[in-house]
Amino acid sequence: MDIETDTNRMITARRLTKTFRAKGRTVDAVTDLDLSVAPGELVAFLGPNGAGKSTTLRMLTTLLPPTSGDAVVAGCDIRRDPAGVRSRIGYVGQGTSGGHTQRVRDELHAQGAFSGMGRRETRARADELIDSLELGQVANRQVQSLSGGQKRRVDIALGLIHRPSLLFLDEPSTGLDPHSRANLWEHIVDLRRTTGTTIFLTTHYLDEADQLAERVMVMDHGRVIADDTAAALKQRLAGDRVTLEFGSATDAAAAAARLGGDHDGSSISVATPDGDVALPRWIRDLDAAGLEVVAATHRAPTLDDVFLALTGRSLREEGAAAAA
Amino acid sequence: MNTVTTSAPVPTEFAAPAASVARPTGFVHDTVAVFARESRPLVRDPFSVVFSLVQPLVFLGLFGPLLIGASGGDAAGTLQWFVPGILVMVALFGTASTGANLLFEMQTGSHERTLVAPLSRAALLVGRALKDVVPLVIQGTLVVLVSVPFGFRLDVPGLAVGLLVLAVFGVGLGALSYTLALACRNRDWMFWMVHQTLLFPLMILSGMLLPLDEGPAWMQVAAAVNPLSYLVDAERVLLAGGFGDPSIVGGVIAAAITCALGLVLGVRAMRRAR
Ligand SMILES: Nc1ncnc2c1ncn2[C@@H]1O[C@H](COP(=O)(O)OP(=O)(O)OP(=O)(O)O)[C@@H](O)[C@H]1O
Ligand SMILES: [Mg+2]
Repeated sequence: MDIETDTNRMITARRLTKTFRAKGRTVDAVTDLDLSVAPGELVAFLGPNGAGKSTTLRMLTTLLPPTSGDAVVAGCDIRRDPAGVRSRIGYVGQGTSGGHTQRVRDELHAQGAFSGMGRRETRARADELIDSLELGQVANRQVQSLSGGQKRRVDIALGLIHRPSLLFLDEPSTGLDPHSRANLWEHIVDLRRTTGTTIFLTTHYLDEADQLAERVMVMDHGRVIADDTAAALKQRLAGDRVTLEFGSATDAAAAAARLGGDHDGSSISVATPDGDVALPRWIRDLDAAGLEVVAATHRAPTLDDVFLALTGRSLREEGAAAAA
Repeated sequence: MNTVTTSAPVPTEFAAPAASVARPTGFVHDTVAVFARESRPLVRDPFSVVFSLVQPLVFLGLFGPLLIGASGGDAAGTLQWFVPGILVMVALFGTASTGANLLFEMQTGSHERTLVAPLSRAALLVGRALKDVVPLVIQGTLVVLVSVPFGFRLDVPGLAVGLLVLAVFGVGLGALSYTLALACRNRDWMFWMVHQTLLFPLMILSGMLLPLDEGPAWMQVAAAVNPLSYLVDAERVLLAGGFGDPSIVGGVIAAAITCALGLVLGVRAMRRAR
């Protein structure tokens, strides 16, 4: 291997590029991606539909040959030693991993055998995962009979069965209810704490990236447009957005003059680093000044806000432009 | 409680974890693992094997009496001629459509999962193709057993060798079906189009259901290049217990060529699969 194989790195990629050609049209799915992930890191790959997240993961997991560029994953070159990469990683794709006519437990046992685990070890590990991912009720049912969220939990169990030291998760929480999502997060945090597993996951949700990862990469149109800590990223976003509603437009205008922010009819919208703390204080102050707040909302920044801050474009505009 | 309150700490305290590497396995281990996975739904739901017997039994039940009437001969003699054809039909229909299952798994993501697993690509194909033999042998045996009360003469060694030859053929045809699925990727219509276009001509031009002796010359030529004709002829001889007949050699060669071709093309397609 002659790319500088830095042994202290779990993933290194240099100018990784994937261009799809179909019917005379070319799509630059990923362009000149540079990556460096240390062992034990949890990296969240954040980006809208079509940004190139799955394509990146599929290249790093040897499913897709890159158009150009190199990558070394878990010490193995993805082009020269794909088998080496495959024997060191776990992967949960965006689709459904379980075979439709297979029973959940059988599929876990098969996956253990695929990974070279012994029979007894596989069975014990499958029971453990069925228990921790709350699949006990459905373990003897066919995958096709499960709900979307149950299938997703089966996918995750399949990716974890052999305790890989590097785990790729493509939108792991899509389709999960809030309880299962929190449960999955707990599982991921726990996995890292106890085993030091390196995790590379993709998501559409800023709160998920924030909750789990200390490092967030934002992708847009096949390029990484930000690679930072979640905290720093939020700082750049100027934090939360607080919306206050007043009895009249004059009150709203007066409030906007005091707090700053945008004023629209009888409501105003203000950005603040810490909405939780600011909101009660503002209401008290405004009340003292004779301006009565009739309604108040406060929301954490979303992927849309990240985009607006980083690119000056809103995802909604993008969708509208694409549809036009 | 399921609320995660811990924002994950930067794990600088971790020593770089010794990369856990999957235990090296080999082609045989992997083939057994793939075979075991593929045959598990069969073990869990054995009735599905019986269910797909409906089609050959319908042919046997509805076509059989017609043939007996048309031939003017006795029922037993006609069955002796007809049942081996039905056996080949079981092998043909059972294995030719098996790629549809892979096609479905390619669309859902479970094929992708097996591609990322540290498995030999050749094993991914061979394990699947070997699995198709199981329903084939069970169904073939059942068809023969059902025919016995109606006058079919059972020759056990002949049936055993006949099923073996069919199994070799079935592995090949199954592998070809997987090759087609891998080539079609997400265009299922193309898979079914090729499947339908080839299957019925192959079946009719093998003399499986009706003798071709009375057909026009071009049909005789088509039958002569159809490997299924050799298989049907060989099965007719084998199931009657005739081991010395030279047509057996033709059937064995046809099955072996199908098997070799299927495995070579299938393994190549699986190695290239993404
Ligand atoms: N096999 C393919 N052939 C042609 N184009 C493709 C193929 N796979 C992906 N693309 C295109 O590449 C771009 C990136 O796709 P990718 O699946 O990586 O996006 P993503 O970030 O994972 O999106 P999502 O959030 O919707 O999963 C898209 O424009 C997509 O249409
Ligand atoms: Mg994706």
